[in-house]
Amino acid sequence: MGDTGTGICHSYTEDGRCVSLLKILLTNHCIFDCAYCVTRKSNDIQRAAFKIQEVVDLTINFYRRNYIEGLFLSSGIFKSADHTMERLIAVAKKLREEENFNGYIHLKSIPGASDELMYEAGLYADRLSVNIEIPTISGLKLLAPDKKHEDFIKPMLKVKNEIIRYTEEKKIIRSTAKYAPAGQSTQMIVGATGESDKDIMYSATHFYKNYNMKRVYYSGYVPISTDSRLPALGSEVPMLRENRLYQTDWLLRFYGFNVNEILDTEHPNLDMDIDPKLMWALRNLNHFPVDINKADKSVLARIPGIGMGSVHKIINGRKFRNLSWEHLKKMGVALNRAKYFIICNSTDWERRDLDAARIKGMILQSSNSKYKNHYSNQLSLFN
Amino acid sequence: MNATKTLIYDGSFNGFLTAVFIAFEQKLPHADIQRQGQIQNGLFAETETIFTNVEKAQRVWNGVRKKSNTAIKHIYFAYQSEQKNIESLLYHYIRKLMGSKINGPTNFSDDCVLKINQIAHKVGREKHRMEAFVRFQLTKDTVYFANIEPDYDVLPLISKHFRNRYADQQWLIYDLKRKYGLFYDLHKVEIISLDLTDVHTNSIQKSAVFTDEEYEYQNLWSNYFKSTTNTFQRKKKRFKV
Ligand code: SF4
Repeated sequence: MGDTGTGICHSYTEDGRCVSLLKILLTNHCIFDCAYCVTRKSNDIQRAAFKIQEVVDLTINFYRRNYIEGLFLSSGIFKSADHTMERLIAVAKKLREEENFNGYIHLKSIPGASDELMYEAGLYADRLSVNIEIPTISGLKLLAPDKKHEDFIKPMLKVKNEIIRYTEEKKIIRSTAKYAPAGQSTQMIVGATGESDKDIMYSATHFYKNYNMKRVYYSGYVPISTDSRLPALGSEVPMLRENRLYQTDWLLRFYGFNVNEILDTEHPNLDMDIDPKLMWALRNLNHFPVDINKADKSVLARIPGIGMGSVHKIINGRKFRNLSWEHLKKMGVALNRAKYFIICNSTDWERRDLDAARIKGMILQSSNSKYKNHYSNQLSLFN
Repeated sequence: MNATKTLIYDGSFNGFLTAVFIAFEQKLPHADIQRQGQIQNGLFAETETIFTNVEKAQRVWNGVRKKSNTAIKHIYFAYQSEQKNIESLLYHYIRKLMGSKINGPTNFSDDCVLKINQIAHKVGREKHRMEAFVRFQLTKDTVYFANIEPDYDVLPLISKHFRNRYADQQWLIYDLKRKYGLFYDLHKVEIISLDLTDVHTNSIQKSAVFTDEEYEYQNLWSNYFKSTTNTFQRKKKRFKV
């Protein structure tokens, strides 16, 4: 669905570990014609398909050699949604029941698949996902005319309800089998339909809240067609934007931010120069400076340049003594950003009454190289 | 004069803990704890040979554990680093920990604590790396075999991971540097020492001990891997220009 090809990819397990998965597209045949997808019916490409047993053999042999920790399986749609879903389930079932496979399985489910099949899928898979792909309903109509919004929503709802049902039963009967223990996720393509960051993050928030989503993934659109509804071939993949969206996602899930604090009608898009936490702080200078030795955990978490790891260290460290710049530096705080927003056990702190633009300028200057050269797809830029 | 005393132990973890026990008993502010066979004596230092005593070791272990579970893990991991003087540093760390009134969290603003945490983290990272990058090859007598050359002595740390994951296949992980391995026979993990002269490393030096299909899977894998890395590089490049 949407994505192409075979290879290795990474995902997160129930307990948050990063695992490497063998990524396989069961077939690139498809009866649909989504404009943003190479597999679309109207695209003139070679079509091929794996046999169920082939995928099973490959997976189990790679797994037993410790090349991979699991399988990430998706497929173009042949014949019908249900027919395709059945084949995906068949792979998962064989692996579990015939090969004794206890690795990780992520099934990218097919929009429009029946409730019965979604139920069965959850018995074998750790994670299920139905990719919404296009964050706005108008965009979906334009680019994926065969797909209806309900086709995505219905399987998500089923999965959510089953997860809730199983957790409830688990409370009563300890031996209850697991249903999709790593939950469900979805993915949105970024930069295909001119949507704003606000559109994307508000819809992500909606999915987190209403469908028990574990993760929402943001994937920069890679131009693949000359279709006039889409960005032209050769347009840049919005990878920095993708990264800023992930950072925002983290602020919402782990740092106690509300989406409307970061994005609203007045600020519908994220700042590309600086990370979203810094962006928020510069807009809210009245909350600062914060006293490192006194502030609550939730307040510490909002300081630019301080990640959750450092928050934890600060809280433990300050039980023993008042912390100074030296201590903070050793704990891994990014002082080049943080120093404008904090006071600590030192008489030496930023006293000038700087405005947001000055601070931003100074931070950019001091960290120029980092923002220009160091690009990380992983999400560690907060510390 | 505040002479340091040198305690010599047999190189086992329990031996080290026994040394810590003795040093505590003698109220030594500093103890130079060294492995037998690797002793570098200070010119006039007093030495004492420690006889490993599991009971005493246990008492130290339990005492530390009561203080902090994180600390116990950090001590064990840092110990596996085999770094020079790690024993003395750990002694210092344990003294601090036991002297502190607070149970649980560690003091991140203290140099010694920070140092041990850093070493433990490095070892932890290597443990993690080994768990992810050990590559097994299937031998004709159905043992999945891998050899590793870790910087730190991580075999004891990764044993549990592989025992859980591959409970239904026989496997052997061999440390080329330290010349010992772990062998799992479907029931239990055993430490084995063998001197592998003929190291079975890769598909270039093919070895007859492995199954024929072994090399097919290795090729398939490297093809998958190449195609993934390439797409990633392309993506990255596009971003940069
Ligand atoms: S349904 Fe649309 S997105 Fe999915 S594989 Fe077919 S064309 Fe691609």
